[in-house]
Amino acid sequence: MAEEPVQRNLILILARQFAAQLATAVYLVDADGTVIYFNEAAEQLLGQRFIEGRGMTAGEWSTAFAPRHDSGEHMPLEQLPIGVAIVEREPAHGAVTIRGADGVDRRIEATSFPLFAHTEDFVGAITFFWEQQA
Amino acid sequence: MRVRMWGCRGSIAAPGASTKRYGGNTSCVEIQPASGEVVILDAGTGIRELGARLVDDGIRRIHLLLTHLHVDHLEGLGMFAPIYEHGTELHIWGPASPVASLEERIATYFSPPLFPLTMAEVDARVQYHDASESEWAIDGVRFSSHAILHPGPTVGYRAEENGRVLAYLTDHEPALGADLEHDAPEWISGFGIARGADVLIHDCQYTTAEYASRMGWGHSSTEQVATFAAKAEVGRLLLFHHDPMHIDEQLDAMRDEVRDLWGVEASRCDLATEGAELEI
Repeated sequence: MAEEPVQRNLILILARQFAAQLATAVYLVDADGTVIYFNEAAEQLLGQRFIEGRGMTAGEWSTAFAPRHDSGEHMPLEQLPIGVAIVEREPAHGAVTIRGADGVDRRIEATSFPLFAHTEDFVGAITFFWEQQA
Repeated sequence: MRVRMWGCRGSIAAPGASTKRYGGNTSCVEIQPASGEVVILDAGTGIRELGARLVDDGIRRIHLLLTHLHVDHLEGLGMFAPIYEHGTELHIWGPASPVASLEERIATYFSPPLFPLTMAEVDARVQYHDASESEWAIDGVRFSSHAILHPGPTVGYRAEENGRVLAYLTDHEPALGADLEHDAPEWISGFGIARGADVLIHDCQYTTAEYASRMGWGHSSTEQVATFAAKAEVGRLLLFHHDPMHIDEQLDAMRDEVRDLWGVEASRCDLATEGAELEI
């Protein structure tokens, strides 16, 4: 796990505080795509506690939850909404099926945004996601 | 470095007999590096008297570091005598917003109808520097800035010279939505500025009871400041941004409460006092 900074950018501090109070699942990564926070609602959908998922790199979390299209084909990082937010630095929305760490498959919808402290100052990305009801 | 307080009051100037001991001028702190340059933190009403002295001393190169542009931190700029002196070189550091430059934001205040002149009409040569998240040096003093929790773009400053550190977090509410005692330091606003500082100047505008009805206004309570100072392991704490409604005796009581909560000897926690000087 990468060494933690003395202090996160204020945008990330505020995003984490917001997410911690929210009933909607939220996943927060830094500018490198490393997981720095997800809330209790996200823990339920991912089947994993934050303390277990903290510090996962983009390469790790983009495969750990086996994201896939409706066809069953693997969905690579750059096609995931949060991947678009990190790689393209643009907002994105989409549906994806994941397999939680608890072994349960869930079809979720996710909306992701890149986080800029200033116009050219990309500090991370945030994803709001929820389970699609059958 | 030597530090002098020219204004410690928050929100609005509060002159009068009941505030005489700690002073009524709004935020302004002078840093005197060992090598002789002049660095000023904020341009509250306290800067007026400082400006007169700088003109008398013939100081021509001045660095003004603004934490943010709320009026109590900017209102003294128009009465800062050096800006009306030819030959003055004024460097203004402060936070840009996501959509406007520091210069544009200052001009909002420094122009009619709020002020009769514009910055283009002053005699000083003014240069603007974005200090949103920066590190730079002024005459041997290393400065860094971080965005901190307060309504609108706001930064705290950390000044380091010869291993000695001054941290300045004048308008700051790190407890908003956070658990100062238990959260990891990386998630606490202002921690990067304050950590291990020899002297921390920190917002202490409210009592705990007052804070309950002023949450989100961008300021801290006695209890929060005590927790923050302990977490950051600072050497000495100066309580700052005194509420304009608090008379001297109330401030004394707030200081005593912070000392008790922090659990330190009296010399490590005091009220910032207008006119006071300290060597760091």
